[in-house]
Amino acid sequence: MKNVRFSDSHEWFAAEGDVVTVGITDYAQSQLGDVVYVELPEEGAELTAGDEVAVIESVKAAGDISIPFDATVLAVNDALEGDPELVNRDPMGEGWFMRVRLAKEGDLETLLNAGAYADLVGG
Amino acid sequence: MNNELRKTPLYDLHTELGGKLVPFAGYAMPVQYQSGIVHEHLHTREAVGVFDVSHMGQLVVRGSGAAAGLEELLPIDIDALEINQQCYAVMTTEDGGILDDLIITRWAEDEFFLVVNAATAAADIAHLQKRLRGSDIRVLGQQALLAVQGPMAGEILGELSPAIRALTFMHGMRTELLGEECYITRSGYTGEDGFEISIPAQVVDTFTRKLLEDGRIQMIGLGARDTLRLEAGLCLYGADMDRTTSPVEAGLLWSIGKCRRPGGTKVGGFLGADIVLAHIVEGVSRRRVGFTVQGRIPVRTGTDLVDEAGNVVGRVTSGGYGPTLGAGIGMGYVDRGYEKAGTELQALVRGKIIPITVAKTPFVPQRYYRG
Repeated sequence: MKNVRFSDSHEWFAAEGDVVTVGITDYAQSQLGDVVYVELPEEGAELTAGDEVAVIESVKAAGDISIPFDATVLAVNDALEGDPELVNRDPMGEGWFMRVRLAKEGDLETLLNAGAYADLVGG
Repeated sequence: MNNELRKTPLYDLHTELGGKLVPFAGYAMPVQYQSGIVHEHLHTREAVGVFDVSHMGQLVVRGSGAAAGLEELLPIDIDALEINQQCYAVMTTEDGGILDDLIITRWAEDEFFLVVNAATAAADIAHLQKRLRGSDIRVLGQQALLAVQGPMAGEILGELSPAIRALTFMHGMRTELLGEECYITRSGYTGEDGFEISIPAQVVDTFTRKLLEDGRIQMIGLGARDTLRLEAGLCLYGADMDRTTSPVEAGLLWSIGKCRRPGGTKVGGFLGADIVLAHIVEGVSRRRVGFTVQGRIPVRTGTDLVDEAGNVVGRVTSGGYGPTLGAGIGMGYVDRGYEKAGTELQALVRGKIIPITVAKTPFVPQRYYRG
């Protein structure tokens, strides 16, 4: 059973043990509009809490993804290169951004749970 | 904040259709509806899109000296404009810059209809009042403006008013559409065949709802309006040209009437003509160009353009993703020597070097109806 948490900047984090999949929420993709380009980190990159780790460009605007914990990039979603609209079509599934290994387990506990995140975005 | 924003007569419709309203030139305007910018863009290229452009300024200039007076402000051949014919023009500053760009239509021998940008309308009116003292300048504040654009626009509107089928690009006429008195022109800002309809504000909501009953027609927001005009290679005032750029630098020499250029029968005689004519004769130190991007990455406004050695030789003024092309495109100013189509340059995006190529515009073929 995955433990899914959310940030107030509209990223989701699905953890299985110390491996966490990162993406943006349905609310975030609906606000951004049509995604046309995603810039992802290199596999193996060491990420520091608070860093901007990916850039997401829609037709109208650019946004960035930050992660609230230290981690190492295990894999990135190469499918986004050819089909960035996966982020719009399936933000919580096929439109994932990257898989990382947490530097310290338990780092997710301070993030929002599904109910608290739903309250944040108004429903 | 929304309290201060003006609403067009289609505000309720925009809201009902799920329009995402944003502040634009003092108005609450829909940047997109539920289907999104890419879908709206492609729909306009394939079928018909309706744009609420009621925020734009609609003016009428009238008076026995109007034609001669306007020729002092616009470097075009107004004498050559037939009744119901229209023309794109830049309104120049005393320094040879661009105060605004507009479409002027001759309504009568001494009466002209001008559609100007929303953000510059107030300044334009002040300028016209100051410079055209003998003419009556009227703002059509009770008229809405709709753009109906796309390859099926002629067929669909032709069913409502058969007479408009004969209109060719940059011509207009008075007609009745769905029982409403309109002034309709065959023009637009998408590169497609299409029309702009000036219609009384109190009936535009009913009119637009009736149009939308035809499943081929969709409302389109400002987001797609911008991507459509960019693909069509059309300038946006305030981004691609302004008071600091001359029409020659802006690549708008084509809009200056041949008779107003050096060697013409009515050479000069408009504000800033000395500078503009010098730019025509001597050339310019920078010029607006289009460019294509290798890959899908948007190269946005304000991005520096550099040569192989890393020298900054230009700057992006409009840029992003072209949905029809599925690629990044843009326009910007480059220094003399870099303006030739095919010139390879680089854009610096978040510290990364993105190769771009100077390209001819339009990026997609224009499909105007010329009869």
